Amino acid sequence: MSQASLNVNSEAASAEKVSGPWRDAWKAFRRNKTAMLGLGIIVFFILIALLAPFIAPYDYKEQVLMDRLKAPSAAHWFGTDDLGRDMFTRILYGARISLWVGFFSVIGSIIVGTLLGVLAGYYGRWIDMLISRLFDILLAFPSILLAIAIVAILGPSLQNALYAIAIVNIPTYGRLVRAKVLSLKSEEYITAARAIGMKNTRILLTHILPNSLTPIIVQGTLGIATAIIEAAALGFLGLGAQPPEPEWGKMLSDSRQFIQKAPWTVVFPGLSIMLTVLGFNLMGDGLRDVLDPRMKN
Amino acid sequence: MSSYLLKRVMVLIPVLIGMTIIVFSIIHAIPGDPAETILGQKATEQSKQALREQLGLDKPWINQYVDYMGDLLKGDLGTSIRTKTPIAKEIVPYLAATLELTAAAMLFATFVGVNAGILSAWKQNSWFDYTAMIIALIGVSMPIFWLGLMEQLVFALKLHWLPSIGRMNQRDPVESITNLYVIDSILAGRWDQLWTVIKHLILPSIALGTIPMAIIARMTRSSMLEVMNSDYIRTAKAKGLSQFLVVYKHALKNSLIPVLTVVGLQTGALLGGAVLTETIFAWPGVGRYIFEAISSRDYPVIQSGILIIAFIFVIINLLVDLLYAAIDQRIQYK
Repeated sequence: MSQASLNVNSEAASAEKVSGPWRDAWKAFRRNKTAMLGLGIIVFFILIALLAPFIAPYDYKEQVLMDRLKAPSAAHWFGTDDLGRDMFTRILYGARISLWVGFFSVIGSIIVGTLLGVLAGYYGRWIDMLISRLFDILLAFPSILLAIAIVAILGPSLQNALYAIAIVNIPTYGRLVRAKVLSLKSEEYITAARAIGMKNTRILLTHILPNSLTPIIVQGTLGIATAIIEAAALGFLGLGAQPPEPEWGKMLSDSRQFIQKAPWTVVFPGLSIMLTVLGFNLMGDGLRDVLDPRMKN
Repeated sequence: MSSYLLKRVMVLIPVLIGMTIIVFSIIHAIPGDPAETILGQKATEQSKQALREQLGLDKPWINQYVDYMGDLLKGDLGTSIRTKTPIAKEIVPYLAATLELTAAAMLFATFVGVNAGILSAWKQNSWFDYTAMIIALIGVSMPIFWLGLMEQLVFALKLHWLPSIGRMNQRDPVESITNLYVIDSILAGRWDQLWTVIKHLILPSIALGTIPMAIIARMTRSSMLEVMNSDYIRTAKAKGLSQFLVVYKHALKNSLIPVLTVVGLQTGALLGGAVLTETIFAWPGVGRYIFEAISSRDYPVIQSGILIIAFIFVIINLLVDLLYAAIDQRIQYK
């Protein structure tokens, strides 16, 4: 008897565990093959980034001038660059830079964008006017051009490239959050919360922000893809990472003069950028289908 | 419609003013002394002072902005520090080169993208659909500067089919009339030259157009699929119209509205992408003009170049919105 009731209890407990919006979303996500492929690619590159010091066969700064522009071989899987540095090692360490820039620039854009979006959407009136116009102005520039302008002011470095990318993408999240807040504001449960005397900050923190989370997660995942491409573009133009940092975009521009003699120096960094970006795009698309089907298209 | 137009243009005014403030601030936001940043640490105090006077940096901030706006309204974009030439004059051929490249890229992107999208929707779940959508997915994730390099490697350096850099054959230059070489060579009746110009356009415009092409293809496909399931299409089919007519005449018309928006937005994005493409293909456009100005710290050129591109970007977006409203009468300005 007691055994049976125990079983029933544990069954009920596991049933409770199985339901819930995040768990449902994960189940749906797992069924989406392309999204899972994207997740796989991302996990692969994260592992590479984390384990780079342990799996890299050489030092990414180590120059062996005897081994300049060597084709891929057993000793150098992806060949060597014009300074005799091992390309495979540099690609591994490059994953750290790209993921770092992609992730943190998006976090920065999300924090500032959310703050501005909430202020604009919740308080409305002149605050909304001011912030919305600011977004319009920032969006009036092609993003890479605005990023170039910001780096031209701050000076070329990886750090400044990260700031530039973060600033450029603020309006994307700001507008998203503003629209979400506007639509939530007129919901009955918000009116109810206000009627029982809840303070604005508490309504924002406990009701509005958690409910704005899903579009931000979707957009953020896709945003990492954009940020990685933008960082690589700035690096390629010499406005991002500086030597000897093994940044993929910078590696491309350093090697492009050897493209005919040593195509591997150009093929592998570009392929790495493309795959990483593809991973985030696939996962972002999948997340959108699962978390926010209305956002499709 | 006319009130919509008026309101839409009115909203533009603060945006345009804001743009000029941002661009104006570029030189002022440089940490430290802008004159020293531009001329280098070894510059004499005298030359630094001369530059400050030339750029008006010695005046109060607000006066500088008023002067700057006054000059802009007169069509004066300042003077390049490097070449000492008025930028408004110097930028024209660069601008034409960029416009020619973006137009070619957009033509490629729209033609291939829309047709691939239509065929994918028409033959949904066929091998064509899958291949096209995989290519589109990869296309969206493609770093265009890398795509450009790969094109050069394969089609120029290995196969020798197409030239890898430049706009024309340097030994047989096109006589500039409009600075749009396709048009110039037609005006001159030089068909051999036209072919050379087109050959130079192919690789860079494919590199630049790939991302928009992929986005347009995906948009067209989903938009077509939505329309293809609607009742009036079923009616058209039931009337016995040919598949081709149903798809290209009836369905396409209604699915083009969202596609049009994407085309417009992407045209703007192309202007940004042009900086990268022009660097790779040594294409003498505004993107490269700005890029070279950055390396030589020619701030007036950086400012004006960015302002011009942003201005064109805003105008294109305005035109798209208006066109959109003209096609879809339900749209009104709130």
